[in-house]
Amino acid sequence: MYGTRVVVLGAGIVGCACARELALAGLEVTVVDRGAAASATTAHGEGNVLVSDKGPGPELELAQLSRRLWPQVLTAVAERLAHAARAVEWEPKGGIVVATTDAGARELTRFAAGQRTAGVHTEVLDADALADAEPYVTREHTAALHYPEDAQVQPAAAAAALLADALAAGAVLRTDCEVLAAVTRGGRITGVRTSSGLLEADWFVNAAGPWSGELSTRLGAPVDIRPRRGDVLVTTPLPPTVFHKVYDADYVGAVGSSAGDLQTSAVVESTRGGSVLVGSSRRRVGFDDRLRPEVLSAIAVKALRLFPTLAGVPVMRAYGGFRPYVPDHLPIIGADPRLTGLWHVGGHEGAGIGLSVGSARLLRELMLDQPTAMDPAPFRVDRPAVLGGGAGTVVEEAV
Amino acid sequence: MTGRHVAVVGAGPAGLAAAETALSAGARVTLIDSADQPGGQYHRMLPEAYRAVRPERPQHGWRDFDRRRRRVLAHPRCAWWPETSVWALERPDPEEPGVPRVHLLRGPADGGGRRRLTLAPDALVLAVGAHDRVLPFPGWELPGVFAAGAAQALAKGERVVVGDRVVIAGSGPFLLPVAASLLEAGSRVLEVLEAGTAATVARGWSRRPWQLAAHAAKSGELAEYAALLIRHRVPYRVGRTVVEARGDGRIEEVVTARLRPDWSVVPGSERTSPVDALCVAHGFSPRLELPVAAGCALRRTPGGEFVAVDYDQRTSCPGVYAAGEITGIAGAPAARAEGALAGWFAGGGDSAAPALRPLRRGRDRGRAFAERLAEAHPMGEAWPQWLRPETIICRCEEADYASVCRAVGNEASAGARVAKLETRAGLGPCQARVCGPTVAELGARLTGRPAQRHAEGAPTAGPHRRPIAQPIRLGELAEPEPSPEDPTAGPHPL
Repeated sequence: MYGTRVVVLGAGIVGCACARELALAGLEVTVVDRGAAASATTAHGEGNVLVSDKGPGPELELAQLSRRLWPQVLTAVAERLAHAARAVEWEPKGGIVVATTDAGARELTRFAAGQRTAGVHTEVLDADALADAEPYVTREHTAALHYPEDAQVQPAAAAAALLADALAAGAVLRTDCEVLAAVTRGGRITGVRTSSGLLEADWFVNAAGPWSGELSTRLGAPVDIRPRRGDVLVTTPLPPTVFHKVYDADYVGAVGSSAGDLQTSAVVESTRGGSVLVGSSRRRVGFDDRLRPEVLSAIAVKALRLFPTLAGVPVMRAYGGFRPYVPDHLPIIGADPRLTGLWHVGGHEGAGIGLSVGSARLLRELMLDQPTAMDPAPFRVDRPAVLGGGAGTVVEEAV
Repeated sequence: MTGRHVAVVGAGPAGLAAAETALSAGARVTLIDSADQPGGQYHRMLPEAYRAVRPERPQHGWRDFDRRRRRVLAHPRCAWWPETSVWALERPDPEEPGVPRVHLLRGPADGGGRRRLTLAPDALVLAVGAHDRVLPFPGWELPGVFAAGAAQALAKGERVVVGDRVVIAGSGPFLLPVAASLLEAGSRVLEVLEAGTAATVARGWSRRPWQLAAHAAKSGELAEYAALLIRHRVPYRVGRTVVEARGDGRIEEVVTARLRPDWSVVPGSERTSPVDALCVAHGFSPRLELPVAAGCALRRTPGGEFVAVDYDQRTSCPGVYAAGEITGIAGAPAARAEGALAGWFAGGGDSAAPALRPLRRGRDRGRAFAERLAEAHPMGEAWPQWLRPETIICRCEEADYASVCRAVGNEASAGARVAKLETRAGLGPCQARVCGPTVAELGARLTGRPAQRHAEGAPTAGPHRRPIAQPIRLGELAEPEPSPEDPTAGPHPL
């Protein structure tokens, strides 16, 4: 494949992971971003590498593949770029899901039973075990489960490490470069016009995260990826208080829901700096980035239900980001059926950090006609939720 | 009575003047300040309990201020909310233009009983002022090194002296009132060091002398400070600064050096002197988080970024006015004039009122003054030469110069937000209020990439973006959102 030119559109974590896979496979890779690398959705999330929030199905399978790949990828990066790999702050801290109602407990137990059949490690924690694992969590719980496979990274550093590895393997980065339109010849994309000139290549990968919908429209092959806003609160640094990623059982329901109005569920975890990150919310409000105190308030209410002792802790900042959301809640990984040479990787909603390395692996295998690590068919571009009637609304929302 | 409700944030010279003219225009006013008394940094007062016999002694223009304070606070249409901080401004839906809703916390910041309140005013005047800009240098994190404004606040507000043998260093005329406050409070000021060279300062101040004459009040004030320094035999040296602070767990000595016009050090000019405190200020940083949260456009000047305002102090945001140091560093007289204009228009006052003419004149003189201030005291380009790899850049997170250089010098992590997350510079409790401008400047220099371009819909990474403008406890945040206060109601009982 030496000499095949690929342009990856978007230098978020997914674009960086794709650039790395393709550059290491010997392709000539250029990564393009309209801003700086890893600065948008990637730098505004929590850095989740989770299996606990997914029920049996293709997304869980992709999560398991990615969870296996992360340590391998980071070890490989560390051999070349020790500092960049260290900055990723890989922490296989495990997740704990806590139910606080009887209905929640029943649902969590049922959900975990399904996950176990799909090979997810989970263990039931009784009250004492939970108190040992998380001494400050509420005593008012009805069930708790431990997921030892859940991990966390510092997401911007993770993207930077993948990108640095790609650059070390010969990839080229072009920032402040906005894609305006496609250049096509005979149903094939041969180039993109950008704010800094024409870029020609054999393949183009749309990895623009929540802007994938708008970008694909500019390229003339719209896919229905929309923004879904989330907010995170950050406390002042504390002595160790939260030891795992702890979330309430409602989170699983929120991840899989499609409601446009506000949904919140508590996700609480510490960072290496000592701050506690408190999430999460889901709202479909386009790219509206205004602060909404009632959303932050709803997040705080749910978080205090899990950790009542945090009531006196000051929140020193809040940040929000836009998740790339597909109406059927499945990522998109594959070739565009309408425009030869165009590929899409995206729509991971809130799981893109974790799923990036698995998605990039699948993309590389599909592009190079290699045997795939899992069945990629569920993620194909050619499905109603992606190409269906919704595609028109992407344009509207983006305007 | 116009029936309009004007919320004024900040009760310093600008905010107090705004409240006064908004009241004269017939509006109802809610005046908000985080301190327990009006006055801001300029007219900082001792707490009621420690009030001296003549509290006005270390004060300039005290009488006018006192009269205005009494008039405003006693006015039946004014609600005065001390110890109240704005923790968020909520911009309205772009479809229904309106003034941002003001989210407040009322009560002492360290107390447990703060209440959440909201205001939905017809107009908002932002007069939140500025804080010291302090450049990093080796040892600036040592106890005993103070931002000059903080040292002055201690002297003025609590009669606490920061030390016995104090050096004041930095740039700009503000060093003089700081020296005066410390001398009044009983400190020995060893020397005042202006980093700008004699030629630069003189060029800035001697150009267009008629402007200086027109700004007589401010020049007179500076002349008084100068006289005070002479009386106390405090040397005022230009073209010299502190390039290092040393000490074992606390400042014990400073290394000063002669500077070239670009603030690079003249080799061999270093001198060591024992001190027990050092006060530094390299100009001011306007407090821009609330204007940015409101959505106000900024303007870039050689002296930094400020809120852009029109002839009537309107910002780009409908119904939002700005006055004082956030529109340009020009001192108290200009802030008062700007505040008076902002309050009048926010309150629905007539734009043909004859009293506006002298106010506008005063404001324009203030702006001319600000311009020459920037010309006379430009920041030298070469100040990063004072830094060493291990010099702390962000005091909260102890991020050093080497780590900042490494992050922004690496193509993959050069994005402002990425570098911030990696070095942690700016992520600590001060939320980049101190190191933010420094890191932004170092980043721009090291990458050759100016401020980050804002892509539509992409989260902004500006150094002034702090959607949570003041820390709020999770428990306070979890309280149900209060409905907007009735502005006619008097001060809220705690």
